[in-house]
Amino acid sequence: MNAQTNTPAPVEGEAPDTPAVSSRRINMIEAINEALDVMLGRDDDVIVMGEDVGYFGGVFRCTAGLQEKHGKTRVFDTPISECGIIGVAVGMGAYGLRPVPEIQFADYIYPGLDQLISEAARLRYRSATEYIAPMTVRSPFGGGIFGGQTHSQSPESLFTHVAGLKTVIPATPYDAKGLLIAAIEDNDPVIFFEPKRIYNGPFTGYYDSPVEPWKKHPDSEVPEGYYKIPLGKARHVSEGEELTVLAYGTMVHVAEAVCKKKGVEADILDLRTLVPLDIEAIEESVKKTGKCLIVHEATRTSGFGAELSALVTERCFYHLEAPVERVTGFDTPYPHSLEWAYFPGPVRIGEAIDKILSD
Amino acid sequence: MADKADPKPSGDNRPALALHVPEPKFRPGDQADFSDIDISEPGAQPRPDEATKPEDMKELAYGLVRVLGDDNKAHGPWDPKLDPETLRTMLGHMAMVRAFDERMFRGQRQGKTSFYMKCTGEEATSVAASMALASDDMVFPSYRQQGILIARGYPLIEMINQIYSNKGDKLKGRQLPIMYSSREHSFFSISGNLATQTPQAVGWAMASASKGDSRIAATWVGEGSTAEGDFHSACTFATVYNAPVILNVINNQWAISSFSGFAGAERTTFAARALGYGLAGLRVDGNDALACYAAQQWAANRARANQGPTLIEYFTYRAEGHSTSDDPSGYRSAQEREEWPLGDPVTRLKDHLIAIGEWDEDRQAAMDKACAEEVKATTKEAEKNGILGHGLHHPFHTMFEDVFEELPWHLEEQAEQATRERKIKWPDQHPMDGAGK
Repeated sequence: MNAQTNTPAPVEGEAPDTPAVSSRRINMIEAINEALDVMLGRDDDVIVMGEDVGYFGGVFRCTAGLQEKHGKTRVFDTPISECGIIGVAVGMGAYGLRPVPEIQFADYIYPGLDQLISEAARLRYRSATEYIAPMTVRSPFGGGIFGGQTHSQSPESLFTHVAGLKTVIPATPYDAKGLLIAAIEDNDPVIFFEPKRIYNGPFTGYYDSPVEPWKKHPDSEVPEGYYKIPLGKARHVSEGEELTVLAYGTMVHVAEAVCKKKGVEADILDLRTLVPLDIEAIEESVKKTGKCLIVHEATRTSGFGAELSALVTERCFYHLEAPVERVTGFDTPYPHSLEWAYFPGPVRIGEAIDKILSD
Repeated sequence: MADKADPKPSGDNRPALALHVPEPKFRPGDQADFSDIDISEPGAQPRPDEATKPEDMKELAYGLVRVLGDDNKAHGPWDPKLDPETLRTMLGHMAMVRAFDERMFRGQRQGKTSFYMKCTGEEATSVAASMALASDDMVFPSYRQQGILIARGYPLIEMINQIYSNKGDKLKGRQLPIMYSSREHSFFSISGNLATQTPQAVGWAMASASKGDSRIAATWVGEGSTAEGDFHSACTFATVYNAPVILNVINNQWAISSFSGFAGAERTTFAARALGYGLAGLRVDGNDALACYAAQQWAANRARANQGPTLIEYFTYRAEGHSTSDDPSGYRSAQEREEWPLGDPVTRLKDHLIAIGEWDEDRQAAMDKACAEEVKATTKEAEKNGILGHGLHHPFHTMFEDVFEELPWHLEEQAEQATRERKIKWPDQHPMDGAGK
């Protein structure tokens, strides 16, 4: 089994000098804050910047207390200019820093696209390694918080399409901390999308049920100190023989809840990293189950599910017992009042599971 | 679908609006006349202290800092008072840039490469300006600053290998010709996307300041590209963080076929952009090497003393086409170059050296000849590594390297595909010899 198991205990990484010791239950915001705190402490070249991230600590509180602890030249506010934020981060990387810019919402990242796509992603290649862009761009993404069309988008496939960018999406506090530390230490530019719907608790998609806090979930058990989870390794959420579910971010929890409710024994993979992708874990699972459901919140056409579907079909075709199914958001802007009609929730997922299992 | 509104509703006596689309003064066949350009007297502009507040030196954003007069002597407070040896070095670099441009342009016409860009008429804005910086100050150039590399002693053969995309090209044939990179010479990798380097330079300068370093950053951008959002982000970040950076705007009047009016030159100067941001703004005769040096030195002193960033506009003229792919006779008057009121930067510096008794025409002729011969010999040497499209290039596998630090599985698979295709297309060549078309 290539994918890692769900147990929070095994600590990845190469830090015998500072082993993570005790752990306690925290939410994803606290986990991200800890990852930034750990890296600011370990590496003088790490800097954290973005709109409202300094004194105030970020609109989602991910950087709370960091400026006070690490100083104003390590953690600071920026002008409202995503182009400028990413652009100066490229220059800082060329100097030798390891910038961790925050884009306040993934929906705001577009003014910075040229600096990401034409500059950060290409720099190592075009300079034949003379210059690199070792930045990690953190940004909350996804819907489910009544953010309307400009605070709900899932633009990950715009970035997975770009040669030279890595795209990482955690689904638990444990992963958020370990993956963020790995992303910051990575020498390539990383887009780190944080599913904001599950910042405070693992959302199951049953939006009228009470919100469950992270503290009740085993994956909120997060070690103190330094540890990292390697990029490019999927996580096995559950073992099962009936079908494979490929998901990431919020949708991992929604898919898991639906399978549980339906009594379906699914092999659920939390991809964690879209580029580089853990193709071995995907192939192994699909070849075992013969059935594959892909779930993401982003719009359907040219979404990352299309890539996953093509890969599964190309590599596992003779093991498939049913057509690959995709459950996604609709190809519309994210509507404010009809958020839950848009969201690929339990009904849409349940219908797709029924279809696959009846084939 | 909404109906189109009636452009003139009945009963409305408001005047009809008119859209202004800028038009250059002269088109092909027109008599060029630049007598309306306001050119300051050499030496007439004051040179304020480097710590002066931007609002206390506003006039320098609208005037023109000039040192070299019609008498070929240096005038006024901006005279950098360089010793003759330094002036001869500066002239030598500018002559070398011109000789290099001539040869490379011809090489493109001979089919040795796909593309080239000359900087004829703008040599002072890169050579003289960069000589006023320390050699380890970081530069983020645009595509017409070959003068910086030559002034910093970057080997010509490296430049030619890059232009030919041959097996000696240390950028592995990945970049369009002239998109150089040299970390050793504190010269950032050139991008084909315009003005992206400007916020990057500011970021580098912010990093240097945050580390308590003493090195500053400088960037070069064309006047046309100042319309890009990146440039305005750069100005904002530069002023917000008081970054030790110099923003050099090369106003050569033309952005391919679009005259400077399409970047706003009909209304104000590019140096005046500085004032709205609270940056120091200088407007300089870009064909006056001494003025270029002095302005850059002023801005470097200011940045190094934590007094803040400077935006410098170099008023100059693009004497040749935009690139080998451009023919300016299709959109501008051929007389413009001859009529340009600020002359030629190489000639003006040469005449200055002669006027102060430190140079003569014979030595100039000998220097021009030596430059041409050195370029010619280096070109021959570089051609041993191949020319574009004729054999010698980097091995196929290098196409997949450096996309990421480590090769991921999907690129490994695609590299295998490329190797397979190669064996089918050119079965007689060994896959690892680095040869093959």
